[in-house]
Amino acid sequence: MTVTQRYRYIYKPVIFVLSLMPLLWLACGLFGWLGASLGADPVKKLEHELGKTALNLLLLTLAVTPLRLLLGNPHLLRVRRMLGLFAFSYVLLHFTVYVVLDLELNWRAVGSEIVKRPYITLGLLALLLLVPLAVTSTQRMMRRLGRRWHSLHRLIYPIAILGVWHFYWQVKRDVREPLLYAAILAALLLFRVLRRYGRPALTSKSGSATAPGRT
Amino acid sequence: MPVRFPTIRPSEITPESVYLSRRALLAGVLAGAASTALPALEAPSPLPKLPYQPNAQLSVSEAPNKYDEITQYNNFYEFGVDKADPAANAHTLRPRPWSVAVQGEADVTGTFNLEDLLKGQALEERIYRFRCVETWAMVIPWIGLPLAQLLARFKPNSRAKYVEFTTLQDPQQMPGQRSRVLEWPYVEGLRIDEAMHPLALMVVGLYGHVLPNQNGAPLRLIVPWKYGFKSVKSIVKIRFTATQPRTAWNVAAPNEYGFYANVNPAVDHPRWSQATERRIGAPFLAARRPTLPFNGYATQVAGLYAGMDLRRNF
Ligand code: HEM
Repeated sequence: MTVTQRYRYIYKPVIFVLSLMPLLWLACGLFGWLGASLGADPVKKLEHELGKTALNLLLLTLAVTPLRLLLGNPHLLRVRRMLGLFAFSYVLLHFTVYVVLDLELNWRAVGSEIVKRPYITLGLLALLLLVPLAVTSTQRMMRRLGRRWHSLHRLIYPIAILGVWHFYWQVKRDVREPLLYAAILAALLLFRVLRRYGRPALTSKSGSATAPGRT
Repeated sequence: MPVRFPTIRPSEITPESVYLSRRALLAGVLAGAASTALPALEAPSPLPKLPYQPNAQLSVSEAPNKYDEITQYNNFYEFGVDKADPAANAHTLRPRPWSVAVQGEADVTGTFNLEDLLKGQALEERIYRFRCVETWAMVIPWIGLPLAQLLARFKPNSRAKYVEFTTLQDPQQMPGQRSRVLEWPYVEGLRIDEAMHPLALMVVGLYGHVLPNQNGAPLRLIVPWKYGFKSVKSIVKIRFTATQPRTAWNVAAPNEYGFYANVNPAVDHPRWSQATERRIGAPFLAARRPTLPFNGYATQVAGLYAGMDLRRNF
């Protein structure tokens, strides 16, 4: 099997299924399959698990480039788009649960919460910024936008910061978990900074060989 | 009648067939008379039964939440910050024997065995609305005695303006106390007139049975017109004071959690609206309902706060 075939027939389908697992598990809980349950408050459970999965996938997407360079394996780049699109899908589901199941389609409440609660404002901003990235994720758009595609997709950095910040702000008291996420994000961003402004060790040859840009 | 907490013997356990047929019967009754308060609510609790009288007058007529909802979804940070943590971790708590220290501005002080404190006290069932500051809400059949009745035995003196309640502090029994998410031990308090209000309940049971650990065994407060965090659990100390107690959530975030913490749809938490609440166990898209001032107990308790600015004293 060639590398391309391995990615097409093994790695990508596996990552596809793995990314769907959290959703399938929530569906099991929702319908009581396989003895799964969403507990006494299924709405909050759905909202939280979808948000958490979105953030996990967002950080995984950001981990692709560092891993690719540190492992010297340029092919890893091939799974990044799928991870990013899954992250976006989970954010959309998270938002849908909030509007439909949590606020029960009370649009006035949705509007006033967006305005009044900074953590909701941040989340929505992150969601809106993700839309152009999802829309321009196809090969055709990549070619069409050329260099501008890379500048546009650097939006993923502020989006991730907004996502973690949103998580941090909605926690009632125990901030240990959001701080852990913040630390991971900081490491992933620091990698880019070091790579750009020095530390020759990180600007390894294997990266520039195929990477279409510094993303 | 003396209230003891016997260990359960195998012969006392209701056979499942009997219990299931009772459930079927109950379901039939429920179907017939949907929202009338049923006397003698029973639940599949593994804990011993308690003797009690239903207090229909002080109970709401809404159908109570399921036993599982009440015992599997708890905020009790002493056992972890997740709602499912208390049910999973509270088995390490040893609720008997239990003693309560009574201190401060009262004639009768000292350390009392809980059994002795409860001896001769008639228990009643009150089906109360319960509202968490996080906006979820339940209806819960508690078993307990009026707080005023218990406090009167200690003969508080004229300097007693407040009552402070303290939860057990023991990281061995309460593993959540190993991390400092709150200042331990958990302390709560009431103004003395609030504490003496007939709705304030000292709780020892749930659904006709002894209180499960995760719900604050063996002794907890219920103040139904206030947000749930006022209703302190696993109480080991009662202190009568002249000054306002430093309460746990108020110390942790004074701009978010006030000392009074009366349920109030007009005063938002800084990070969420309190205008509506979500009833646990309600069907999708039908769980939100308006928050009621004082959680529906305004006619009974609003007088306690006459002339007070409830926006400032939130
Ligand atoms: C990139 C976008 C977003 C990410 C990564 C994200 C992630 C998260 C995470 C990780 C949590 C905490 C889950 C937990 O505690 O286990 C959360 C909670 C929440 N998010 Fe988001 N979110 C995003 C966008 C949004 C948007 C657009 C909204 C609504 C307009 C929203 C509304 C909420 C709400 C209501 C909660 C729960 C707060 C509570 O429990 O009171 N999020 N989100």
